[in-house]
Amino acid sequence: MTKVVGARVPLVDGPAKATGKALYAADLVRPGMLHGAIARSGESHARILSIDLWDAMKEPGVAGIITGSLYPRRFGVLPITRDETMLAVDKVRYRGEGIAAVAATSRVAAERAARRVKVEYERLPEYADPEESAGPVAEPIHAGTEGSTNLQKEVRQEFGNVEEEFRRAAHIVSVRGKFPGVTHAALEPHATLAEWGANGRLTVWSSTQVPHYLHRALAEVFDLPAHQIRVVKPTVGGGFGGKGDPMPHEMVAAALSRETGHPVQIVLSREEVFLLNHGRHPTRNTLRIAADAEGHLRAIDLDALIDGGAASSFGTVTTYYNGVLSVGPYDVPAFRYRGRRVYTNRPTSGAMRAHGSVNTRYSMEVALDMLAEEIGVDPTELRLRNFQAPFSTTVNQFRITSNSAVRCLEAARDRSGWRSKFRKMPLGRGIGVGCGFFISGSNSPIHFTPRFPQSTVHLKLDMDGGVTVHSGASDIGQGSDTVLTQIVAEVLGLEPGQVHVAATDTDTAPVDLGSYSSRVTFMMGNAGRKAAEAMLETLRTAAGEISGRSPDSFRAVDGVLASDEGGGVKVPFLDAVHRAMEHRGALQSSGSYESPKIGGSFKGAKAGTSPAYSYAAYIAEVSVDLDLGAIHVEKVWAGFDCGRPINPLLVEGQIEGSIHMGLGQLLGEEMRYRGTRVMNSSLLDYGTLSAVDMPEVECLLVGEADPEGPFGAKEAGEGPLPPVLPAVANAVYDAVGIRFTELPLSPDRVWRALRERERKGGLQKPPSPGGS
Amino acid sequence: MRFRVNGLDYDLNPEADRLLVDLLREGFGLTGTKRGCEDGSCGACTVLVEGEPRHACLTLARRVSGKEITTIEGVSPGRLSHLQRSLVDSGGLQCGFCAPGMILTAVALLRRGKPTRDEIREAISGNFCRCTGYAKIIEAIERAAEEGPTP
Repeated sequence: MTKVVGARVPLVDGPAKATGKALYAADLVRPGMLHGAIARSGESHARILSIDLWDAMKEPGVAGIITGSLYPRRFGVLPITRDETMLAVDKVRYRGEGIAAVAATSRVAAERAARRVKVEYERLPEYADPEESAGPVAEPIHAGTEGSTNLQKEVRQEFGNVEEEFRRAAHIVSVRGKFPGVTHAALEPHATLAEWGANGRLTVWSSTQVPHYLHRALAEVFDLPAHQIRVVKPTVGGGFGGKGDPMPHEMVAAALSRETGHPVQIVLSREEVFLLNHGRHPTRNTLRIAADAEGHLRAIDLDALIDGGAASSFGTVTTYYNGVLSVGPYDVPAFRYRGRRVYTNRPTSGAMRAHGSVNTRYSMEVALDMLAEEIGVDPTELRLRNFQAPFSTTVNQFRITSNSAVRCLEAARDRSGWRSKFRKMPLGRGIGVGCGFFISGSNSPIHFTPRFPQSTVHLKLDMDGGVTVHSGASDIGQGSDTVLTQIVAEVLGLEPGQVHVAATDTDTAPVDLGSYSSRVTFMMGNAGRKAAEAMLETLRTAAGEISGRSPDSFRAVDGVLASDEGGGVKVPFLDAVHRAMEHRGALQSSGSYESPKIGGSFKGAKAGTSPAYSYAAYIAEVSVDLDLGAIHVEKVWAGFDCGRPINPLLVEGQIEGSIHMGLGQLLGEEMRYRGTRVMNSSLLDYGTLSAVDMPEVECLLVGEADPEGPFGAKEAGEGPLPPVLPAVANAVYDAVGIRFTELPLSPDRVWRALRERERKGGLQKPPSPGGS
Repeated sequence: MRFRVNGLDYDLNPEADRLLVDLLREGFGLTGTKRGCEDGSCGACTVLVEGEPRHACLTLARRVSGKEITTIEGVSPGRLSHLQRSLVDSGGLQCGFCAPGMILTAVALLRRGKPTRDEIREAISGNFCRCTGYAKIIEAIERAAEEGPTP
């Protein structure tokens, strides 16, 4: 039994956050600091003919100005698609792209000067429609795309005999889904402070999810050895994928500091954050499923067209994920996918919580609901017939380990009273189900691959028995520092208060791939556990020396090293520490995590492989206002398998937060465009859900320990999001008998569908499945 | 011009268009007050002016000179109030960026008496949180209300 692992330990940085003492990047001040502002393009696609900086330079307080031609080196989070520059070079690709940047003595002065940068453009054809971008175009947005199109990435995969399965199928269901883009809307706007030291060393404090990727990108852009750069992650006010890429403003702050010799801070405005975007891709998909007479899935045939916006970002991964993350949580003997991601002249899309899986999952779960109805079987029963087995292999060679999908669904079904509600409530009331699965980190890292560990953790134990933990994993609010604290405390038998995780600083933290793809608990957790176990070995040896018992007989618990040998003995932790330190000083240890060798050997085989997958089954109950079209989500029962939770308090927080974000996308959030122009670049107009909009959520953590997870844990950061959208959409179908395959289900869209249905013969509940 | 913030007097003459949020953050170094949206929609900049919640990003600094201003730094200096403790222990904050505004809104609410669950939801509906889904924030404020009216 564990004491600290598995407990509801509050965030270790909670008190700092609750008192306003936690420092975010925008809160930092350095002596002599200047403020940076970026002049942005008002054109979506245009060649830059000239940039006139004269008026800007005359503004009071201006210390320096740069343009893109000074720093033309390309960067991008994926090494295979470096297609961004810190400021536009020669042409602009979206409205809002940086043209020039100013450093001045105040934010107001910098913004005033940035507004006075004059640019002469030659307009080029604008591409807002992904269909158009997929074909030949007059002026490709980026050079080097195939056949004069705007196609950034195409994926074609086929496993099993898809044609044959569809020919033999007893049932075929198809869904055409249309999904607008949504964005992270982390409450903290991006901010960066860069300082070029007199010794030529660059320090950058930035609100980033991945300090070591930023570190690497800075080295490339400024052509510096990485050891000449230090990246520090202060407290980060939420990321959700939006702070995972190295971003242009981070490079700009460093460049302005180099030009002016002063530290330079850039804090993006909320409008700039919307234009930076990198959110969930606008997507159209067509999904067909084939099933036998009993409803066993035989094949999936999927096509996705993904609007990537102006740059690649994580888009190659997104293109794979839209396909390959449909091979779970159900067993599918055949699978075919074509995915295309195209550039358009809209702000770049990238990775957002439950990256690449949400829109496909929606279409899949709606299709399963339709299949259940066609066969006449309860949709929860249909899913139970199809869940993939624990410790199995998928048709595309994903290795499946622990899998409690069945328990998730049974728990949600029992707690929700499903059997007495499904198809049995009055018109306007409904209940629906949706399931999902998600990776616990990508098995194949983007950088530092494949010879280096995915995560390394260092420990330092000093004279007083306190432990300092160095990790580059990057707490962005999800509580990874707390999880790491718990793991180290558990192994060493200490109270969490004796363990201190040092803020991520690339000078002291070993390389870690940071906070994305739900990798942190699994990978950092395993590295932390190994580091702590290595430390424990040293202390056991010391305890053995003190007591004469064999080192292996000691276990660490409650601040002592206890052995049952020879009638039993307890060596105080500090005694063991001091013994071990004799003639050597502070104790250090290190642990690392390398992902296993898994997956196929075909092109793209690594995409979607993970050492473990979370599973989820949600049931949602809704009422639909038949007069106004508003959907009111009454309650969500969230069955979730994150293995054995290290901290149930934080896991619940991830589930509840994911449901907030998922419901937002389903019910109203949308990046609205007129052509290439974003029409709602403010939190006021974008419309996230507030406290009065949220349903009650019941978290059902029913997973069993994963054999490779740290203390049996798997991810809980992203997998909790996708199931809620189709669960609610299927509940809406149960309530009013209307299928929605275009998001969002905003009151106007629902209202129109209700009125249309009334005109065409009246609203009514859908038929009950026979015999359930 | 004199500003009274958290019981301390600050002397400074802000420009006529200086916003309270900028005066607090840049003028007085009270960075607990956050800038999240710049249009009054997110509530991250909430402070108390004469005990009432105000958006510091929509308030001209000069308009509140001489008035009693409370920021997150002044809620319970040197220790956690039971509201703050409750928010931490209940998991009512994650990234923490909304926490200062959320806490000040809740302080004003709790001073008016013990709220119902719906009154809590209503009161914090102008404070945007992207992390928690609000459930644990509501629970934390309920728990704090159990402990008495002066959070």
